[in-house]
Order: sequence, then C-alpha cells, then structure tokens
Amino acid sequence: MATGTTLAIEASGLRKSYGATRAVDGVDLAVPAGAIYGVLGPNGAGKTTTIRMLATLIAPDSGSASVLGHDVVAEADTVRELVSLTGQLASVDEELTGRENLVLLGRLLGYSRAAARTRADELLEAFDIAEAAGRLVKHYSGGMRRRLDIAASIVVTPRLMFLDEPTTGLDPRSRNQVWEIARALVAEGTTILLCTQYLEEADQLADGIAVIDRGRVIAEGTLGHLKASVGTGALRIRLLDGARRAEAAELLERAVGAVVLDPDPAALSVPADAERAAVGVAELARAGIPLAHFTLDQPSLDEVFLALTGRTADDETLQEDVA
Amino acid sequence: MTATTSAPGTDTAAVRRAISSTPRPQRPGPLSAALTFGWRGMLKVKHVPEQLLDATVTPVMFLLMFTYLFGGAIAGSTSAYLDYTLPGMLVMSVLFTTVYSGVSLNTDLTKGVVDRFRSLPIWRPAPLLGSLLGDSVRYVVAGTVIIVVGVALGFRPDGGAVGAIAALALVVVFSFGLSWVFSVLGLLMRSPNAVMNAGFMAIFPLTFLSNVFVDPATLPGPLEAFVDVNPISVLATASRSLMDGEPDGVAIVVSLVVAAALAAVFLPITTRLYRSR
Repeated sequence: MATGTTLAIEASGLRKSYGATRAVDGVDLAVPAGAIYGVLGPNGAGKTTTIRMLATLIAPDSGSASVLGHDVVAEADTVRELVSLTGQLASVDEELTGRENLVLLGRLLGYSRAAARTRADELLEAFDIAEAAGRLVKHYSGGMRRRLDIAASIVVTPRLMFLDEPTTGLDPRSRNQVWEIARALVAEGTTILLCTQYLEEADQLADGIAVIDRGRVIAEGTLGHLKASVGTGALRIRLLDGARRAEAAELLERAVGAVVLDPDPAALSVPADAERAAVGVAELARAGIPLAHFTLDQPSLDEVFLALTGRTADDETLQEDVA
Repeated sequence: MTATTSAPGTDTAAVRRAISSTPRPQRPGPLSAALTFGWRGMLKVKHVPEQLLDATVTPVMFLLMFTYLFGGAIAGSTSAYLDYTLPGMLVMSVLFTTVYSGVSLNTDLTKGVVDRFRSLPIWRPAPLLGSLLGDSVRYVVAGTVIIVVGVALGFRPDGGAVGAIAALALVVVFSFGLSWVFSVLGLLMRSPNAVMNAGFMAIFPLTFLSNVFVDPATLPGPLEAFVDVNPISVLATASRSLMDGEPDGVAIVVSLVVAAALAAVFLPITTRLYRSR
C-alpha cells in the first residue's frame, strides 16, 4: 500500500509508440489521492494512451506506473479492482437497455442476481435515468448516456476513476449534472483523473493540473500557477459598427495592450485582466464607439498552448490519436 | 456558477447515497463471469433480432429459389432436389451466422465496450467464451429455421428427427471452430461493415464451390478436385449422411478435426489480439 501523503497515481517515464508514432513519450505524473486531477491537452496529445496504460488496458513500452501503490503491469489484476473508466475510453452497450447494462456490470463484479438488480435500480434512480431504464441505450440522449456511463463505472465505487472528456458534446445542463456527479464522487473519497480539452472544465473541477502535448507533460501545477504563466484572459469585443474597428483597436492598443483582430470584421480582442478590461471598455465608451457585446474570457486552451509551446493547439497534425 | 449550486435534474444527496452504499462483493468465478457474458449474448439476440433475421432469410431464399427454379433441372424433380440440398442448406445457413460473431466483436471494440470489460477484474477469456453461448443460440435458431422450412416444403429425412438433430448438432459444433476465424477478422478490421463484407466474401464462394447445391461429379476436373477437399463439402456430406440415417464416419470425424484445428489456430490469436488491442 502507499504511505503517508498518498499518491493515487505515480508514473515515471511512461512511453508508448505505435509504429513510428510516439503516442506517449516520457510522461511523469504524481497525482495526489482524494481530489480531481486534470490532464489537459489537445486531441492526439497522448492523454488517452496514457490513461489506457494506467488502467492496465495496454502495457507501456518503457517506464513504470503505479496506481494506489500497485504496479500497473505486475499487479494489473489488483489495479483493476481499484479503478474504473468512463468517457470516450470505455462505453456502455448500445444494444442493451440502461438497466441491463448496470445489471450486467453488477453481475460481472460479483453481485448476486437480486443484488445486481437492486444496485442497478438504485443507480438509475440517483442518476435520473429511471424513466429510460427499459429503453435501449442507442435511443438515449447524450446526457443520459453519459450519466449511465458514469453509473456503470460506480456500480462498485472505485478508489480511482478515469474520466475521459466526460462533457464533450453535452449541453450545458447535462454538463453541469456530470460535474455535480464528479464532485459527489470526490466528496465520497474517490480520486478522479479528468482528461479534458476545456480549460473551463479543469477550472471548475480540478485541483491540480498537468498539461500534455506531443506525449509529454509540458506544465504542471495548480490552475493558478498555470494561469499565472499564461497570462490572464482576454477582453473580447464586438462593435456595432465594423467601420470603426481600426479606431477602437488604436484606442485599446494604447489603454490596454496588443490587440488581436478577429476574422469577424466587427470583432477584436485584447489580453487583459478584469481591471484592464474595465479600463478598455470605459475608453471605448468615452470615445463614443458603440459596442454590440463584450466578454472577459478565461484564457482558452489555445492561449495556454500558445503561451506554453509557442503554437496553438490545433495547428498540430493530429493523426497521432491512436486507438 | 459555484460548486454548491445543484444542477437541475440531479439529486446530489441521492447520488452521494448511491456512491457510498457499495461494499465490494467477492469477485465472480470464471464460469460465472462467462455465463454472465452468455446472458448478454442472449439479450442481444432478443434486442437485435434483425441480425438473426438477415442470416436466416438469405438461406431460406436460396432454398426456395434453388428448389423451385433449378431443382427440377438439376435433380429431375423438386422433391428429389430438396432431399439432396437441404442438409447442405443447413450447413450454409449456420455458417453464414458465424460471420456475425466477428461483426458483434468488432462492434464491441469500436464502441469501447471491450475496454470497459477489459478494465474489470474478471477472468480474461470470459467475454469471448461467453459470447459463444449467445452465438450458439443463433446457430441453433438459424439451423432450425431452415430445417422447419424444408419440412414444410416436403423434406422427410430417412434419419428422422434424430438424424436432423444430429446433423444440426454437428454443424453447430463446426461453427464454434469456424467462428474464431471471424473473431480474428473482427479484431483486426476497422468497422463492423468491413468485417461483414470480408466475411461473406470468404464464406460465399466457399459455400458455392462445395457440394451443397450440386453433385460435384458433374463439374470439370480441377473444380471437382477443389470441391472434394473443401471442408464445407465434407461437412455437407456428413450432415447429409446423418439426415439419411447412414452416418458417414469419415466425413463426421474430418469435420470435427477441421473444426478443432480452426479453433486451435484461431482461438489463441483471438485471445492475444483481444488482450492487446
């Protein structure tokens, strides 16, 4: 067992290649137990391959990793008792009903037939899918499906859960439901490794974060650290009158900083914290330039990447997303 | 939005109760896990009947077409042809169904269901062995349908019900062996459709170049030579002999040996691929 300051995941020098593609190229991770740890990166960065190694689905080419003190290769079977997978990685069976999916997993985990049914009903009720319990999963909405997916992962509550892009493609309400469930899991003592492309999601949920790019961890720390290293965010503005954009840009350039012109001819943005943004908006108002709309955004994943790597997340050739 | 706001639709208290109320049960034994996968296979037969339908309708159409269109020309009368071809049609019908073993395995793989199973602390071969159980139901149904249609059209085997059941049993056992070939395809190919196409591309010509439809004695020499060694011919001969009530020991043994050999080669490949994919 792990000791004192328990680490849920400890990985060093994990590598995995597919042919000539180095999907994971020396990943080190130290994930503390009892919290949500975010792994942030664009498609094809190596997130999924890393999780597949940690969850014992594939063996690393080199390097080592342990989950809750157990080696993922030598003690794979023990690790499987402690973890579960959800999201793009592992899925539910579309050709069964929601209830059958949960009963199936209950039986596979060792419940008696009756206990598996009781457990399934309890989860269906708690996750707000009881009404659709008897329908085939292929007819489920995205949000329902994702909730069933998570329910399937906690038929027996895991000590560590891998959540791979749990909210990709969900509407805001479903997304919030998933976030609630993740928080409830942590409150009950489960550690979560959350893979996401969304900075906002990491911001909402994660305590610690690792940024992965091209199979390596390129930054690590709390979200605060990360944002400090990236800068603040951006004031995004849409003018009522696109013809006055040059004028507005000049004003903002002087009052706030380097302006980025949007492809939209009436839009522009400028990196700014809340205070500088307020100044910028006030300047525009004083000059009488009417605004259609403005927002103060978190730095996007793109901006994080730009700051950390000098290029944006999606100028990658993204074929490295290997199965 | 802050951490304490509850999203509409989720009852956080209920979620937390559901999370905390789970003592881990003892993990199931190998047999129990495999049987659970068998149950899953049965559920699929129930929920996706069109797959079974596809695999049984085609042979029934062949049976009708060959019997009434060509039967008289080939065998002198439709009833004589029916007697000749039905045991072979049984082989064709069940062997077509084996392709779906690969198709459903590929579906599991591409949808990510395999990953979930592989992350569970269960006996590793359980999912594969369990799916055989569901498959066997499909084989028996497909075979029974063709025999029943045959009987309705006037087929009366000399071996009686016992002979027909013995033939069906032999064909099902052979299918267990053959299905691993398609399982390997299922694990190697990119989509369920690709598996289906490749599977039928292999099984269709092999079935036609056998003695299922015509007596190979009428074929040109080299073709006849191929048809004679085609395992599907051997199986059809064995099936025919059982239905006739005069079991052909050699054909039966050769069929079983071929099935065992297919399993011996392709079962290990399947399990290895299943583990590493």
